[in-house]
Amino acid sequence: MRVTVNGRDLELADGSTVGAAAAEVGIEPSGRGVAVAVDGEVVPRALLDSTVLSDGQRIEIVAAIQGGAL
Amino acid sequence: MSAVEGFELGGRRWGSRLIVGTGGFRSMDDLERALTASGTEIVTVALRRVDTLTSNSVIDVIDRLGLFVLPNTAGCYTARDAVRTARLAREAFETDWIKLEVIGDDRTLLPDAVELVTAAEELVADGFTVLPYTTDDPVLARRLEELGCAAVMPLGSPIGSGAGIRNRYNLRIVVEAASVPVILDAGIGTASDATMAMELGCSGVLLASAISRAEDPVLMARAMRSAVEAGHAARRAGRIPERLYAEASTPVEGLPDLG
Repeated sequence: MRVTVNGRDLELADGSTVGAAAAEVGIEPSGRGVAVAVDGEVVPRALLDSTVLSDGQRIEIVAAIQGGAL
Repeated sequence: MSAVEGFELGGRRWGSRLIVGTGGFRSMDDLERALTASGTEIVTVALRRVDTLTSNSVIDVIDRLGLFVLPNTAGCYTARDAVRTARLAREAFETDWIKLEVIGDDRTLLPDAVELVTAAEELVADGFTVLPYTTDDPVLARRLEELGCAAVMPLGSPIGSGAGIRNRYNLRIVVEAASVPVILDAGIGTASDATMAMELGCSGVLLASAISRAEDPVLMARAMRSAVEAGHAARRAGRIPERLYAEASTPVEGLPDLG
């Protein structure tokens, strides 16, 4: 199946989890300051390795950066 | 009476009334030294897509210094995006606190009042401790307080402008009416601006660029710390009324006749 991770296409085996997709792009998704959303919905930390992806889903992996208005 | 007095925000007690943003620092070393010099306890960070995780990240610096992470929704233009970002932040940092920013215009970076209220309502209902970045409109501030925000954070002037407090009168009205802490957020250029905010009755000041983009960020961080403390002490001390004419501080009686 094909998904996107942070806007980039990624080919994954059917049945892959969110955790596997993150690992594929080299990010530890349960690291401090990291969070994952699939199609805009946040995936709780505890469910990263049990949430199975389906074809066409959009995965966003975010982490803390310097910044904010002001 | 001690010059420095803590305050309550979001159900917790804080010793420092200066909240520092992390944007604009030229290096992680500058950031770390400036945070230390500022005496701050609360530090705000943004969330962005990542492709790789760097080793000495902003979060490592904050954790090393033992400071409280206040995630923000910088870059969000709609309530929907801001709420989603807040939920991501809650997962990323295991905190219910969110500095809510919903921007309405990319040139002024002024808040979008309608989207801000919508997002604040949703986040309060979802159990967040919401700290909204708002305009200096006293009515909007009251609405944000009424719907359950833990503070109101009016701007002094546009983000990064360094123009200080453009409307002291509005800020005074916001402070007078509020029963939650008022934290001046945005527009601080130099130490006197931070002092002014505190003299006008703000509970705290939030700033980033004034420190991070100063020629010497560490020295400016120290200046801001003193400025916030001085302004707060002056407010509590009760200033003399402003007069148009002189008011002699020395008695007239007993003047020697030297004529």
